[in-house]
Amino acid sequence: METSRYRTSTFVLEIIALLVALVFLVPFYFLVSNSLKKYGDILLDSAALPSPATFDNFTRAWEIMKFPASFANSLVITLTSIVGLTVICSMAAYRMVRRPTKYNNFLFMIFVAAMVIPFQSIMIPLVKTASWFHLTRSLPGLWVCYMGFGSSLTIFLYHGFVKSIPAEIEESATVDGCSPYGVFWRIVFPLLKPMTATIIILNSLWIWNDFLLPNLILGEGQRTIPLSTYSFFGQYTKQWDLALAGLVMGILPILIFFLTLQRHIISGITAGSVKG
Amino acid sequence: MKSKGWSSQWLQQIVFTGPATLAFAIIVALPFFMGMFYSITDWNGVGGYNFVGFDNFSRLFHDQTFINSFKFTVKFTIAAVILSNLVGFVLALLLTQPVKSRNVLRTIFFMPNVIGGLLLGFIWQFIFVKGFTAVGDKTGWAFFNLPWLGDEPTAFWGIVIVTIWSTAGYLMVIYISALINVPRDLIEAASIDGATAWQRLRHITVPLIMPAVTIALFLALSWSFKSFDIILSLTKGGPYNSTQSVALNIYNEAFQNNNFGYGTAKALVFFIVVALLTSLQVYLTKRREVQA
Repeated sequence: METSRYRTSTFVLEIIALLVALVFLVPFYFLVSNSLKKYGDILLDSAALPSPATFDNFTRAWEIMKFPASFANSLVITLTSIVGLTVICSMAAYRMVRRPTKYNNFLFMIFVAAMVIPFQSIMIPLVKTASWFHLTRSLPGLWVCYMGFGSSLTIFLYHGFVKSIPAEIEESATVDGCSPYGVFWRIVFPLLKPMTATIIILNSLWIWNDFLLPNLILGEGQRTIPLSTYSFFGQYTKQWDLALAGLVMGILPILIFFLTLQRHIISGITAGSVKG
Repeated sequence: MKSKGWSSQWLQQIVFTGPATLAFAIIVALPFFMGMFYSITDWNGVGGYNFVGFDNFSRLFHDQTFINSFKFTVKFTIAAVILSNLVGFVLALLLTQPVKSRNVLRTIFFMPNVIGGLLLGFIWQFIFVKGFTAVGDKTGWAFFNLPWLGDEPTAFWGIVIVTIWSTAGYLMVIYISALINVPRDLIEAASIDGATAWQRLRHITVPLIMPAVTIALFLALSWSFKSFDIILSLTKGGPYNSTQSVALNIYNEAFQNNNFGYGTAKALVFFIVVALLTSLQVYLTKRREVQA
């Protein structure tokens, strides 16, 4: 680490790093190349390149998985949940910071303490209470569940960020006749933008990939991508040609999302985890 | 903010904090307390229930599958936390050197992390079952010809490998952000004083990045201890329940055997263990942090 010059030792390190990267990428090679093969060719040699490549698996898996419907469900639930969480949690965190009453401090403490509760330790009674409130078998019901489960971390992250914003700007806006709601939405919320970006990234990766909660809440015929992949895999166990094509379609949306926004995603996640 | 009277303050309190509090109350708080209540009943999910006192808890300590799932979870957590942090840290050290392909490499190492655990497990099921055999046939290496996922040790290490593959990149990013903040002059001064690369790493770099180590250990610990998706899709807890994690055991107890009351007792014990472990871990690592 003495200088930043590119020397032989750095070159050796570079080669090592590239080899490790290759190891990281090999699973993707197996996945994609075999999804383009006929069933017999997969059994024959799964390491070989597909010859000839066929997209039959994809057209069949597309129909059996009802891919467009699952994709739409995943997209709708992820988008509406991140919007909902951003709105209700930024407002709650703002109020808790600016009005540190005993009640608000207590409330914040509860939200933070709840972060250690593992999902599996409350999922059983959740199924019961969710049905009391008619939240089961519906996408809006699932949305409400995400509001509850996402609120702890989202409020925690916003809380820390609001504290760093000086209150003077808000005071002068109030003097100028701006309502408390106007102060929040016109002045404070835009200032929260860096944290909002982090929160959107963390929540969208979590909600898009979540399997257990939608599995418990949603009913037959309402599937997100993880749910349809799961039932598809159960139906076509060992039918690798179809299963792999289904998997490729399942990971493609999130990989495209990651590769287009990777710089923001990586820095957002670092910011989120360093504070969390 | 000047207060505009009592009723307006109340309205603001409700508008700002109401929705989040309400959602949290019915989705997290209520089930949490209901769980405590159900844990002393024989509730089976439908109809009524009887109070059974602490029977569920005493039953727990004689339930061999539950005890085994705890043993597996502890063993798996130890292996996964150590190895994924080691890999993540070494990758971070590599990428903080002036290598040219740094940015591409960072993307590649991070990429598996954005794929959900369920799909990851399915991808690797194929690789272990079919891919490894093909590689084994070509190279003749015994490692690839093991009965992957077919017996206890290979199923265990299979899950560990997939966990490393998916989490090392995330931990790497945390370590990178700490490593680039280690002051260069400290390292240079030490090397002028004749410290070897290992001594510089052990006595300067590592103590200075302890806050990042805390975070990375904490994250890996809580991920591994709560592992569910990857195991469900990779081994379903098999062979012979040998890779059943506590989370999977609770899920099966409730949603396969319909023992909701007993399941909530297990879930409560699981919660207490997770809460204790994570707070202990944060406490221990915080003590070792050094100010730069």
